[in-house]
Amino acid sequence: MKPGMTKLGFVRSGALIAVLCIMMMHSTFAEIPLAERRSGYDLLSRETRAMQNDDTANPGMLWVLDGEALWRAKAGTAEKACADCHGDARETMKGIAARYPAFDPARGRPVDLEQRINICRSEQQKAPPFAYESKDLLALTVYVTRQSRGMPIEGAVDERLKPFVDAGRALFTRRLGQLNLTCAQCHDDNWGQKLAGNPLPQAHPTGYPVYRLEWQTVGSLQRRLRNCLIGMRVEPYAYGSPEYVALETFLMWRARGLPVETPAVRP
Amino acid sequence: MARALINVPAKARRGEVIEIKTLISHEMETGFRHSTIGVPIPRNIITSFVATYNKEEIFRAVLFPAVAANPFITFYTVATESGTIAFEWTGDNGFSATETATITVE
Amino acid sequence: MVGTMDRHDGERKSRRSILKAAGVLATSCGAAMLVRPARATPASMQIAIRNVVGSAAVTRGKVTLDIPPLVENGSTVAVSVAVESPMTPTDYVKAIHIFTEKNPQPNVISIHLGPRAGRANVATRMRLVDTQKIVAIAELSNGSFWSDTADVIITLGACLEDAI
Repeated sequence: MKPGMTKLGFVRSGALIAVLCIMMMHSTFAEIPLAERRSGYDLLSRETRAMQNDDTANPGMLWVLDGEALWRAKAGTAEKACADCHGDARETMKGIAARYPAFDPARGRPVDLEQRINICRSEQQKAPPFAYESKDLLALTVYVTRQSRGMPIEGAVDERLKPFVDAGRALFTRRLGQLNLTCAQCHDDNWGQKLAGNPLPQAHPTGYPVYRLEWQTVGSLQRRLRNCLIGMRVEPYAYGSPEYVALETFLMWRARGLPVETPAVRP
Repeated sequence: MARALINVPAKARRGEVIEIKTLISHEMETGFRHSTIGVPIPRNIITSFVATYNKEEIFRAVLFPAVAANPFITFYTVATESGTIAFEWTGDNGFSATETATITVE
Repeated sequence: MVGTMDRHDGERKSRRSILKAAGVLATSCGAAMLVRPARATPASMQIAIRNVVGSAAVTRGKVTLDIPPLVENGSTVAVSVAVESPMTPTDYVKAIHIFTEKNPQPNVISIHLGPRAGRANVATRMRLVDTQKIVAIAELSNGSFWSDTADVIITLGACLEDAI
């Protein structure tokens, strides 16, 4: 065991190396058949599912409450609240998150929900954009996404998104980092099997922003993607990079039809 | 201001035993963690949670760092009369939060 | 760590006061454990229990500690404790305490109830650093102490993970 490495880190590296050996033999990159797609919810223990199901026990709901307050708060030099333009989020935001990332004609590329919120904030409210992973941005994103809970993910039906879905797929199936792993090797080819004691999910972003037990807080899909990249020993892209948006667009296409679960709880 | 989610039934029959669920946002920093360069992160937890029913104490908990972040505590109480159930959390660094719920008892 | 946590304790206690708190039992616990109290041990859990129970006997029974046997992440583990009791003004559960064997500190939560509770059943979420034994102890109004224990396997530890 190397000095400075925790016992857990050692076990994790060992497990990853073991998986890598298995991976070397499989390089199929086979897409999961539509009927076999499952949310990570199916892999949760009974207790974690109970935490997600009960709105009075789901820690993510605390961020929903914060988001609701932010929705109504006036901000920026324009002194406008989200509610001033968008009214009651329960009506106007229904179904919105289910079709994000969405194509932004002004920018000629898709933007994810966090970016859309920051665009509104700087262009409409004339306020400084929120930092990525800031409590406020997470709260607003969870609040807006919560309004799509139960609705099926639309999955990039917009024709203009096709090149970005393809770019995301290319990233998902490209060998990256010091371990030379692809996302597909774990999440397409080996989902359901164990990695360091925990089952591998298929990696559908049905519940983001998610309350992750490991973080003990709510975090965005980009944060989770960065965690994966770090685990794969890949230099992570900066927050807001087009690579993440392309990946998110592809992942939402891959998860088309699955219901939104936000705020989900995951280990 | 910390957000709290309280679940108290709005109505109950006299003498009925009701379940109360509470959830408050708080990082519950244990004081046992270190930053990546080895600097200890100071403890910052909720240390006490008290519930009163029309000002009479019905539940009290002393919390230690082993309570998970965003403390979730559920307990029972007998619905004795209509009134206010009040909750107070106190902790390190002068942390203090309160919430109330009203209950109608027939 | 034992006995140093109370409502108003916001400071980290010095090693001297930790040694003081351990008291007479210091000699039997072994110097190694006191010099580096980074993790509790079964012995320090016993000290924490003695601090609550005193010299009274603790009997297995009446208490049901419900905790999943295998946990995906030790940072948030659902735990509930139920104690058989009529919860009348003369026969009720006064307190419920939860302890762990290997967390940096043995105490988890101490709950005080009365006959107004109606039912001696509490639930919370706790952190578990490693696979270990959890003990729940109930104090009844007649001064007797009852307990239950459970073993939990953790696939990912919680408390000792370094901050990012």
